[in-house]
Amino acid sequence: MATQIEDRSKSEEESRTLPTGEKEFFLDVHTSDLEVNFGPQHPATHGVMRILMRADGELITGAQPHLGYLHRCAEKIGESVEWLQYLPYTDRYDYLAAMNNNLGYSMAVEALMPGLVIPRRAEMIRTICAELNRIGSHLIAFGTYGLDIGAFTPFFYAFREREWMMALFEKICGARLTYSYIRIGGVFNDAPPGWLEEVARFCDVFEEKWKEYVDLLVMNQIFVKRTANVGVIPREMALDFGLTGPMLRGSGVDFDLRRDLPYSLYGEMLRDKAFDVIVGKGEKGTLGDCWDRTWCRVFEMMESIKIVRWCLERIEPGPVLGDIPKVLRIPPGEAYVGIENPRGELGHYVVSDGGKVGVRVRVRGPSFTNVAVLEELLPGALIADAIAIIGSTDVVIGETDR
Amino acid sequence: MDGGNIFLTLLQKVAPEGVPAWVLALTAAVVGIAILVGFVSVLVMFAVWLERKVSGHIQCRYGPMYAGGWHGWAQSVADGVKLLAKEDLIPLGADKPLFVLAPALMLAAIFGALAAMPLSPSVYFTNLNLGLFAILAMSSMTTIGVVMAGWASNSKWALYGSMREAAQVVAYEIPFGISLLVPLMVIGTFNLGEASARQAGWFGMHWVMFQNPFVLPAFLLFFTAALAETKRAPFDLPESESELVAGFMTEYSGIRWSFFFLEEYAAMFLMSVVGAVFFLGGFESPLTHFARESFGAGSVVHEVTAGVTLLLKAMFGIFLMMWLRWTLPRVRIDQVMTMGYKYLTPLALLCVLGAGIWEAIF
Repeated sequence: MATQIEDRSKSEEESRTLPTGEKEFFLDVHTSDLEVNFGPQHPATHGVMRILMRADGELITGAQPHLGYLHRCAEKIGESVEWLQYLPYTDRYDYLAAMNNNLGYSMAVEALMPGLVIPRRAEMIRTICAELNRIGSHLIAFGTYGLDIGAFTPFFYAFREREWMMALFEKICGARLTYSYIRIGGVFNDAPPGWLEEVARFCDVFEEKWKEYVDLLVMNQIFVKRTANVGVIPREMALDFGLTGPMLRGSGVDFDLRRDLPYSLYGEMLRDKAFDVIVGKGEKGTLGDCWDRTWCRVFEMMESIKIVRWCLERIEPGPVLGDIPKVLRIPPGEAYVGIENPRGELGHYVVSDGGKVGVRVRVRGPSFTNVAVLEELLPGALIADAIAIIGSTDVVIGETDR
Repeated sequence: MDGGNIFLTLLQKVAPEGVPAWVLALTAAVVGIAILVGFVSVLVMFAVWLERKVSGHIQCRYGPMYAGGWHGWAQSVADGVKLLAKEDLIPLGADKPLFVLAPALMLAAIFGALAAMPLSPSVYFTNLNLGLFAILAMSSMTTIGVVMAGWASNSKWALYGSMREAAQVVAYEIPFGISLLVPLMVIGTFNLGEASARQAGWFGMHWVMFQNPFVLPAFLLFFTAALAETKRAPFDLPESESELVAGFMTEYSGIRWSFFFLEEYAAMFLMSVVGAVFFLGGFESPLTHFARESFGAGSVVHEVTAGVTLLLKAMFGIFLMMWLRWTLPRVRIDQVMTMGYKYLTPLALLCVLGAGIWEAIF
C-alpha cells in the first residue's frame, strides 16, 4: 500500500515544547527521517494495528494508523443471518466487553419490538454482568498499559481479579470470553444458586485489591512522569474527534450515556444517586493527558462496583426472559441505540423489513472513533510516548475493524 | 603481589622437572578460562532461574515448577538445550560478519572483566593491581557489541535499541566511575583482593560503607548507574520490549540470542561483585572473621567462608536488581539522559568532594 505520511515538520515547533519544557534539547539535533512500520505485529499495539510513523531520531514527526487487519465483515453478516443468530458475532467485536456488546445489540433490536416487556430480574442481571464486564475490560486496559510503560507486575495483579470475574461469567453462562448471554428479550438463563452471593464477595475483595492498583501503578512516580503531560487531548479536540468514554472524560468533558441518556436501570440508579461519573481533573499534569485517562478508568471500576452492589440489594426472584417467539420476526422499522461501553459509546443501528433477517446492522464502535485521534497526537511525541499514547486510547482492534 | 594466577602456582608445584614454562603457563590459562566460563555460566543459569522465581512470586504465581522436579530447578538447562537446538538464523539483509561477531565480542568483554574477580582471598584468575580499572575498561567494551549488533541486524528497531544503549552508557559511565572514586579514596587500592582485605577490622565489619558518611549516597548512585550500565529495568531502554520489540536483539535467535542473555546476567553479577567488594566489605563478615581467627588465614575453611560471603553479597545485589525490575515502570529516554547528566553526575562529584574532605580531616 503506497502511503504518504503527512509531514508535520512545520507544525512541529509548537508541539515540541510541552508545558514542562522537558523536551527542548531535542530541537538541537536533527537526523534524516526514518520511516518506521509500527505493527501489525508489535507487542504494544494491542492487536493487529499498524501505524506508519516517520521519526526524526526518537521524535515522531508523522503518523498514520492503518486499520483492517482484523476485518471479519461483521456488519455484512448481520444482513444475512437471523436476528438471534447475529448475537455471537457481537461478542467478537469488542471481545473484552462482550456482555456490553450483547446488551447494545439486544437493546437495539428490542427498540423495534414495542410490545416486549423485559423482566426486572433480567434487567438486574444484565446490569450486573455489563458492569462486571466493564471492570474486567478496565482491568485489561490498566494492566496492559502497565506493560506498555514497562511495569509488568500490575498486569498480573489485574489478571488475578479478572480471572475471578471470568469464573463468575463461566458459572452463569459457560463461556469465559464470548458470552452471548444477554439476548433479545432478557438473558439466556437465570443465575445459578449462590452466584449473586459470590458476586457480592467479589465486590468486597475487589475493593481491597483495587487500592493496590492505585498504589502500585497509578500513583507511582515513574508512571506519573511517563504519562502526565503526554498525549494531551484538549477539551475541544476531544469533542471534534467525537471521542467517547474514558477518552472523552479524561479530557474533562462530563459525558456518560449511563447518566445523560439513561437506559435499562440506570435512570433508577440516578434517582438513588448510586454512582458518579468520573471526570479527569488534570491532577498530575495537563487536563486530558494519558494519566487522566488511566485515572478515569481505574476509578470507574469502583463506580461499577457501586452499581453492582445497588443491583444486588434490589434483585428479586422472577423470570429472566420476556415473551420471545421461537422464530423471531422483528416489526419493520429502524432504531439506533447507543450504550456506554467500557471504551465509549457503542451504537447499533438496525433496520428491519419485518422478516427474520435484518436489512442493515450498523455498528458505531468506540475504538474506531477513538483511534482516529492518534494521527493528531503522535507527531511531536517520542517513540516511548507513542507507546504510552496508543496504550491510553485502549483500542480493541476487533472493534475498530469488526 | 604477583600477576600470575593460582592455577599456575599449583601447576608449578606438581609438574615434573623439565616441562617448559610456556606449557605450564598455557595450561594454567586454559584451565583458568575453563573454570571461569563454567563458573559464570552455571551462575547465570542459576540467576535466570532465580529471576523467573522472583518475578513469579512478585506477580502472584509460581514461576517454573516442572522441569527437573524441585521448583523447576532445571528450567535454565532445558532452555539452554532448546536454544542450542534451534536453527541458526541470520537475516538476509544483515551484515553477516558483524552480526556473528557482536555476541562473541560482548561475551569476551564480560568474561575479560570477570577475570579480575577473585573467588576467595587466595583463589583468583589474575591478580591485577588495577583490578577495578580493568573491570571498568572491559565491561565498557560490551557497549560496542550492542551497537554492533544493532547496526548489523539491519533493522530499525535494533538500530534504535543500539543508539539508546550508546547514549545511555556514555551518560552513565561518568557517574558510575565517579561514584566508585569515593570508596577508592577510602581504601586506597584498585586491587579487589586487597580492597577486601583492608576492610577486615571490627570483627569483619570494617566495611567501606561504615567508614565514611559519603559512601552510602555514593553507593546509591553507583547502584543506579550500574542498573543503567547493565541495561536493567527501569533503564532497560536498549531492549524495552514493549517499545522496540526486543531492541538491539530483535533479529537474534537461538544460541546467539542466549549469549546476550548470558552477558546481561554476567554483567549483573560483575556489578554486584564490584559493589560488594568496594562498598560492602567484599569477603569480610563476622563469619569470615571468626573462620580466620579460628582456622587461620589461608585455611580451607577461611577461603570457603570468604568465597561464600562474597557470593551471597553478590546474589543479594542481583536480587535487588530483580526486585526493582519487577516493580518499577520504565523511564523515558530523555528522562534517562536528564537524570544521568543533570543529577547523578553532580551528586557523584559532591560525594567525592565530601568524602575527600572527610578523609582529610579524620
